[in-house]
Amino acid sequence: MTLLITVFAAVIATLTWYNRKNDDLKIEVLCFMYWGASLMWLIDAIFEFAELKADYFAPAAQDMLNDAFLGLAVVALGLVIWVCVLLIKDPKGSVRAALKKSN
Amino acid sequence: MACFLVSAAEAAVVKAVEKHEEKVEAQAAVSESAVNEAEVEPKIPMSRKLKWLTRLLIGGAVLLAFEHVWHGEVVPWFPFLTAMSDPADTAEMLHEMATVGVSMAVLITAVWFVMCKVADALVKKPVVEPEKTIA
Repeated sequence: MTLLITVFAAVIATLTWYNRKNDDLKIEVLCFMYWGASLMWLIDAIFEFAELKADYFAPAAQDMLNDAFLGLAVVALGLVIWVCVLLIKDPKGSVRAALKKSN
Repeated sequence: MACFLVSAAEAAVVKAVEKHEEKVEAQAAVSESAVNEAEVEPKIPMSRKLKWLTRLLIGGAVLLAFEHVWHGEVVPWFPFLTAMSDPADTAEMLHEMATVGVSMAVLITAVWFVMCKVADALVKKPVVEPEKTIA
């Protein structure tokens, strides 16, 4: 479930990056982060599948809920990191302009 | 248990190589400044490609580290990894790092390699203007 949610987040981020008007929003940060995590969880899933075989596809409801919750938390953390990178790098100069403003 | 550490370690090494490559490219750019720009074949600098790999590795490692915190495998106090407190768990953790962790790093590097090849091919391909529809 965590892998699925992260893959969906990666695909949405990539499509958003493809349709971007400019690089001001630094969407590529999100793409790399989500794709990196998706690939790593894919390996995790392959090893788990090798161990559990068909049982891998029939997880307990409680485990699935926990994994879904973790997946959403991972997506949220990715978004928070992206916003922090955006504010620190400040490609549009919005933060600097706001800080230089007298009032 | 700590599989993300392998990718994090690779990211650190790649970052160092990327910084070195940036310096080499900057020096090469200065020495080649006399060459006509039109004659230079368009290509993606190696430092930029290495930046992609670093981002993939760091991004994945950070989100996986969060997952380990979620599962209580990483804690904010020494020795930071719960598996380190018991020798049997430590052996299992090292085995997981050698199998799952290395596989993760290898897959990400392989995907990055394919990505670089595709990107090089795309850059060399001439830009085709989309056909305009006649009203």
